[in-house]
Amino acid sequence: MQTYFSDLLVIGAGLSGERIAVEAAGAGFGVNVLSIVPARRSHSSAAQGGMQAALGNCAMGKGDCPDVHFADTVKGSDWGADQEVARMFVDNAPIEMRQLAFWGVPWNRVVPGKSTFFKGGEKFEKIEEEDKEGLITARAFGGTAKWRTCYTSDGTGHAVMCTLDNRCAQLGINVFDKKEAIALIHDGANCLGAVVRCLKTGVLEAYVARATAICTGGFGRIYKATTNAVICDGGGHAIAMDTGLVPLGNPEAIQFHPTGIVPTDILVTEGCRGDGGTLLDVNKERFMQIYEPEKAELASRDVVSRRMTEHMRAGKGVKSAYGEHLWLDIRHLGDKHISTKLREVDEICQNFLGVDPRVDLIPVRPTQHYTMSGIRTNKDGAAYGLKGLFSAGEAACWDMHGFNRLGGNSLAETVVAGGIIGKKIAEFLQGHEVNFPTKTIRDALLKQQSRIDALIAGKNGRENVYRVREAMQDALMDGCFVFRNGKDLEKCVNVLQEVMERAKAVGLQSSGIGANPELSAALKIQGQVKLALCIAKAALERKESRGSHTREDYPERNDRDWLKRTLAYWPEGARLPRLEYEDPTPYYELPPGERGYGGGKIITADAEKIAKLTIKPGAKPAEAAKAKTAN
Amino acid sequence: MARNLQFEIFRYNPQDPASVPHMQKYVLDETENMTLFIALNRLREEQDPSLQFDFCCRAAICGACAMVINGRPNLACKTKTKELPDEITLLPLPVFKLVGDLSVDTGVWFRQMYDKVESWVHTSKAFDPAALEERMDNAVAEQVYELERCIECGCCVSACGTARLRPDFLGAASLNRIARFVVDPRDQRSDKDYYQIIGNDEGIFGCMGLLACEDVCPKGLPLQNQLGFLRRRMGITALKRLFK
Ligand SMILES: Cc1cc2nc3c(=O)[nH]c(=O)nc-3n(C[C@H](O)[C@H](O)[C@H](O)COP(=O)(O)OP(=O)(O)OC[C@H]3O[C@@H](n4cnc5c(N)ncnc54)[C@H](O)[C@@H]3O)c2cc1C
Ligand code: SF4
Ligand code: SF4
Ligand code: FES
Repeated sequence: MQTYFSDLLVIGAGLSGERIAVEAAGAGFGVNVLSIVPARRSHSSAAQGGMQAALGNCAMGKGDCPDVHFADTVKGSDWGADQEVARMFVDNAPIEMRQLAFWGVPWNRVVPGKSTFFKGGEKFEKIEEEDKEGLITARAFGGTAKWRTCYTSDGTGHAVMCTLDNRCAQLGINVFDKKEAIALIHDGANCLGAVVRCLKTGVLEAYVARATAICTGGFGRIYKATTNAVICDGGGHAIAMDTGLVPLGNPEAIQFHPTGIVPTDILVTEGCRGDGGTLLDVNKERFMQIYEPEKAELASRDVVSRRMTEHMRAGKGVKSAYGEHLWLDIRHLGDKHISTKLREVDEICQNFLGVDPRVDLIPVRPTQHYTMSGIRTNKDGAAYGLKGLFSAGEAACWDMHGFNRLGGNSLAETVVAGGIIGKKIAEFLQGHEVNFPTKTIRDALLKQQSRIDALIAGKNGRENVYRVREAMQDALMDGCFVFRNGKDLEKCVNVLQEVMERAKAVGLQSSGIGANPELSAALKIQGQVKLALCIAKAALERKESRGSHTREDYPERNDRDWLKRTLAYWPEGARLPRLEYEDPTPYYELPPGERGYGGGKIITADAEKIAKLTIKPGAKPAEAAKAKTAN
Repeated sequence: MARNLQFEIFRYNPQDPASVPHMQKYVLDETENMTLFIALNRLREEQDPSLQFDFCCRAAICGACAMVINGRPNLACKTKTKELPDEITLLPLPVFKLVGDLSVDTGVWFRQMYDKVESWVHTSKAFDPAALEERMDNAVAEQVYELERCIECGCCVSACGTARLRPDFLGAASLNRIARFVVDPRDQRSDKDYYQIIGNDEGIFGCMGLLACEDVCPKGLPLQNQLGFLRRRMGITALKRLFK
């Protein structure tokens, strides 16, 4: 069996993975990068909106600075974020955007002079300053106090992904595609690399390295309805959890978006509702105003998703071959508006539905969109539990998003975190020596080979992997979607435990030879069910509503008892995850308060404790430590 | 509604000594708003779990799912069955190495291309983290972006007669990539430098100009304009060299 060695192994070639690779290679270390698909097809390239950085160049961004960006991010997180991390993020984001510009990203730039824009259907005027001409400009996004989202037309993710992948090529970094990591190699204390299945030949290979970074993106695909690419399936999380040593942070924190199209759950922008689109039910009647008389369709993402779900539960959904949905109506906006302001929506409707949004209704439903949950790391990106293991991007719980991620803050996180963590990894590599016992490597490979052999031979049973996957997805949709409550969550956990037994009994229907896709699915099904159980169990235990986690039976945000982060471990042989808790942040620059949207009652935390942990706004960690001792 | 769709799909698993290339027939009932993404996944999950094909974004933005659909290279995820006749023939893209069935290896082809055309900004400047970004005209930025929209699906390459004949031919996607750097003021390469890369039969002079590439590009990239633009620019560079 082939073995590859490098200083650093990066699993995942999206923006976060490649940014880390560039940093480590720049410091002189050898890097191997793995990806299921060619790097540029990674999910990062699907992001169109943009990435947040407080550059303050454009007129509507005037007066913006990292402090304002910080406040937006922490409020958005419903105080679930690590404020030390959020601070590092906002301070570094502007530098990172400039570096991307230097490497070749064609950011849209400030054009001086007068122009108009729409807000809430009304027309406004703005004047861009002469002396800002040619600097990086920004657009508006939900939940931000200033226009802060840097963009390149409607293809930000794609443009940044191209640039970083070009940079990898320039530095001669090996980016291997059609390679899937299926297990970590470790000795119980140190991570030594990964066992990898080549998706061209089906052959197993060992990639050993002194440091390993998991940058495999989100795991939306364990839900049936998701905006995520088909490769966002939790493979990276599963191999970390499988060690029994590395915990998942806040598994219950999953973001849902109100308007994924049916059947394929491709996202249509929030702009539809922003510009005056309405939601209709099976009787073609509006309903949002019944639940939210004031904001109606314009309530926040999580609120609208909740109301839509409630309405479908009340029997007002439209039945289809792909399950129930509602309608989005933008017909009244007119041809001109649709073909200019909502061009992208128009194209999606025509391309994927064969529907003309000028005359037809768009079938939509709330859809899984982002995983705030992830491999728990410290502020340096080092995973808990295994030395030499790191994680970044959507795969990680570095935790600047807490319980709700703001639009534009994820793409920015990938590169900012990638830059910071890449540097930390380079420092780590400088002083880190490790032994690679050949027996450990061989054993890890043999273990995977025997798993494969058993699946092909049907030694554990003949359950069909696709049916099992469906059962898992249905269980999550039923019990652990937009709304949660004790009764349904309990049922969800029970059902998932049964699904787990079936997952253990999966056997292939096909030969499993070569790049067999059924084998890929079978190899990860148990890990996926574990992830599902972590979500359901953590959601069952968290008896409050915070950000995207909504308990019908505990509608208030409870800072008194639940201002904490969940850690989910999966000990070998366990039937359920072991849950532990930790404080969300080492100190408060911004003590817990109102999120500013979404409403809801708050049970306040112990004021004395919060006051003790609170530091001066903008104070750096060193001063924070001083402030703490002074208290 | 409710047609029965007949699929003729190319099957071959090069890793399996027992496998021989052949066409295989499948039947599937059509559902509303069905795309080839939905159809192929149903075939795999309900009828034949060994069927190989690639999808990633399933939203026409990543380029993973290009294949030859009833004779024409296109993205499978955005192809609605409604637009196709009852009989649907699916073949893998030619030119690229076959992985199995409808799946081909575009990654290696494109990575070799980046190395050949040196697909990165060439500059002697160093990045200064303390300085403001270098200014750029917005119109130029948008022009660069328009050329960077290529999703590397490979449709243009597999539709190209020259690429099928000459494995070393750079192809329209690569020539478009060069154009992207030619218009980018940050790239300090001169026309002479570009000439080194594409001023030959592997590059701009190998192109027969029949424009199959632009016809099939699912992103509607202006490949014809770029080829013309480079041909003129390289032609002038060639003349300059001749009379130097
Ligand atoms: C439709 C949509 C629109 C979005 N728009 C925006 C936006 O406008 N702004 C914003 O900030 N955010 C946006 N987001 C979120 C953002 O795009 C993602 O969170 C971000 O791109 C994730 O990047 P990443 O580097 O963590 O992972 P990804 O880009 O998902 O990359 C994951 C990589 O890991 C590889 N991989 C996975 N598993 C394995 C394995 N087992 N072995 C080897 N390799 C593996 C994959 O091949 C891939 O290369 C959007 C998300 C969606 C779904
Ligand atoms: S115009 Fe040139 S590049 Fe395009 S298909 Fe024809 S030969 Fe190929
Ligand atoms: S130029 Fe068009 S057809 Fe060719 S690879 Fe790019 S997107 Fe595909
Ligand atoms: S799957 Fe991404 S373009 Fe078709």
